Amino acid sequence: MAAGVATWMPFARAAAVGWLPLAQQTMPKPPVDKTSRSDEILFVNVSGLRFQTWKNTLDRYPDTLLGSSEKEFFYNEETQEYFFDRDPEMFRHILNFFRTGKLHYPRHECIQAFEEELAFYGIIPEIIGDCCMEEYRDRKKENQERLAEDTEAENAGDAPLPPDATLRDKLWRAFENPHTSTMALVFYYVTGFFIAVSVIANVVETVPCRPLKGSIKDLPCGEKFSVAFSCLDTACVLIFSCEYLMRLYAAPSRCDFARSVMSVIDVVAILPFYIGLIMPENEEVSGAFVTLRVFRVFRIFKFSRHSQGLRILGCTLQACASELGFLLFSLTMAVIIFATVMFYAEKGTKGTTFSSIPASFWYTIVTMTTLGYGDMVPDSIAGKIFGSICSLSGVLVIALPVPVIVSNFARIYHQNQRADKMRAQQKVRQARIRMAKKGATNAFLQHKEDGGLQGGDSDSTAFCVKNRSAFEHQHHHLLQCLEKTTNHEFTDEVTYSEVCMMDSMGFRTSRSTSLSSQQGSTTTCCSRRAKRRAIRLANSTVSVSRGSVQELDTLHVTKTPVGTQYPQSRSSLNARTGDLKLNCTDYTAAIISIPTPPANSPDESLPNSPAIPGILRNSRSSIYNTQETVKISSL
Amino acid sequence: MGAVVGTLTMGERTKGERRRPSRDKIDDDFELSIVCHRPEGLDKLEAQTNFSKQELQVLYRGFKNECPSGVVNEDTFKQIYAQFFPHGDASTYAHYLFNAFDSAHSGSIKFEGFIMALSTLLRGSVREKLTWTFNLYDINRDGYINKEEMTDIVSAIYDMMGKYTYPALKTDTPKQHVDAFFQKMDKNRDGVVTLDEFILSCQEVNFLYIYTIIIVPPTYSCLLL
Repeated sequence: MAAGVATWMPFARAAAVGWLPLAQQTMPKPPVDKTSRSDEILFVNVSGLRFQTWKNTLDRYPDTLLGSSEKEFFYNEETQEYFFDRDPEMFRHILNFFRTGKLHYPRHECIQAFEEELAFYGIIPEIIGDCCMEEYRDRKKENQERLAEDTEAENAGDAPLPPDATLRDKLWRAFENPHTSTMALVFYYVTGFFIAVSVIANVVETVPCRPLKGSIKDLPCGEKFSVAFSCLDTACVLIFSCEYLMRLYAAPSRCDFARSVMSVIDVVAILPFYIGLIMPENEEVSGAFVTLRVFRVFRIFKFSRHSQGLRILGCTLQACASELGFLLFSLTMAVIIFATVMFYAEKGTKGTTFSSIPASFWYTIVTMTTLGYGDMVPDSIAGKIFGSICSLSGVLVIALPVPVIVSNFARIYHQNQRADKMRAQQKVRQARIRMAKKGATNAFLQHKEDGGLQGGDSDSTAFCVKNRSAFEHQHHHLLQCLEKTTNHEFTDEVTYSEVCMMDSMGFRTSRSTSLSSQQGSTTTCCSRRAKRRAIRLANSTVSVSRGSVQELDTLHVTKTPVGTQYPQSRSSLNARTGDLKLNCTDYTAAIISIPTPPANSPDESLPNSPAIPGILRNSRSSIYNTQETVKISSL
Repeated sequence: MGAVVGTLTMGERTKGERRRPSRDKIDDDFELSIVCHRPEGLDKLEAQTNFSKQELQVLYRGFKNECPSGVVNEDTFKQIYAQFFPHGDASTYAHYLFNAFDSAHSGSIKFEGFIMALSTLLRGSVREKLTWTFNLYDINRDGYINKEEMTDIVSAIYDMMGKYTYPALKTDTPKQHVDAFFQKMDKNRDGVVTLDEFILSCQEVNFLYIYTIIIVPPTYSCLLL
């Protein structure tokens, strides 16, 4: 953007006089400026709020909407002003940009609304002034991240699988989203149960049980019931192995899965058992094997698939990795310093426990974390002084990174809460959106049911026409045209399923068979009407045969008032092609013609859409001339 | 120890992990998202099309409201049509229609292109309208409409009807429709329909229902119907 450069143009041109003495060639002729020299005040009306500004102010930025000829599209001849149907509050900021050259971001406004206004007026957000740029960028990033997460949460796994999903896909989905199917849920809970059983067994087998008969020493339960425990352990390991192999098979990318943290945990959980199987019964090696059994405790981490809280904690710790690292580092530094000091302070004391600097590490850590076991205590005065300094500084060092970790945890926790809330509300939202959509589709069907396609009787049609906006008129007209093109009608689910049922029942009246023979390619509005009437007749006879009376009440097909002959036979219905041609030309005339320009139309009272009276006249006439329908009294 | 615990308890879908790559992506999007197109002057457009100044103003205001960036891309088109025809799936037809508007195949429609097409459709001569329709059907722009192209278009139109129709749509309904169409249109029975055959056939028989396929977004409808 030529920031304000345009205003300096006359100055630069005047200053060019300084070149004249030096010029070696004659200067080119100045461009002829045909536009009027005098500046004028422009009126800009934004949703009723009138702004006035100099034309030059707006011309400063020629590649925006207001500075270019694009604003002519919004010029209102009658009121001699530029009218924009946008937010007047935001426009204040836009206009201030033109006046001062700096764009400010209003903090109380929604970031997206602001961006939409900027996009409309053709101003790029990058020129926001430094005072507001930080805030703008932060909020924009936050907003985008939130939206990205929301869309991810929407798309992630809750959508139904495509019908051609392989067993692999289904299996993977069952593993990742256990709430999608009952089998997956069962599997989920079963594995959770076995993890718990395995962990508890590991714990319980070390508890001392009552000794065997004839022995005094207490025996840990693991040795007393060694068979039972080993069976339990084997069973658990088998289940975990099966689970791991199934996950490996179902994973879309096996390498990625094998490298993921959860699979590493799975492997670590079951590996000791297999190593124990393979390893020979060797004395030295069995010592190492016992150590390996420690790793069985890592099975508890398998719970993180089942517990979201654990995952949040893990997230937090990962997000705060740098703060934790800092904590660790500063603690190490302090430990080394104080341990050295304490060692040298206590060196003189007889029989001191501070035997070496590494030995003093233990004292320092216990003191700094305010544990104070009391197994190592300084005796000398210097030692006590330094000991107290150590404990005080310990409190400070540990307290520093904690708020960062806490705030990170709060943020991640709230995000998860939001994600859960979104998911819970998603179903309600989708249901509401579906309802609204259905409303739109049903409006058209309702309109047809109400007999809105009848002709002639102006009172009743005017009534139903009044209740619909011009847009609805046109939309319904469009849908009718599509029906005509495809020679099929829109219906709702109920009617469709009825028809399907009828077809599947093999029920065919003589009427409908002759109907199907007619199904050619030429559309005849009347024959379609007749088909609909006939199917309704067929429907009614079916319902009579079923014995249900309510359906008869729904049969009403209005009679044309123009006095056309009530068609008694099939053949007469086909003879309406003359009327048909008229109807179709009316349709096309309605669509292709444009009403007279607003200046000529008598109704100028509607300011925004002066062509509407003309439209209504056209569409009304076309609706009136549509095909007639025939009344049949209920049987 | 905390960091170790943190990494060990990570679930498959952790927010922290994904945060970093998405942050960089957001920065990139931030830079590239501003695309603005301004149309030619009002006078020039008035000269080139059959619309009056006021009509152009109305059209542009609506266009600008829907697409502040000044261009329509195919996704927007599909969304608009999905709203118009909620019963069925309008995306295939919207795709063909978009290609018909976007004669330069640039992937987006600017206001000028939009207006030119509308001018032809609404205010053009019969021959111009039929030529535009022919171009709509001729998907690969080779000057001939063959059965496959026609089947594609007709299937797309039938898709818009959706599932719940009376009578129920059969799988070969589009094909029957296409066969009947070719019966009427293909004069010399060579399997393709040329522009002249098309225009001739449309003018002699009242296949005016073909014209009714032209569909425009709502904000212009006050002008057009």
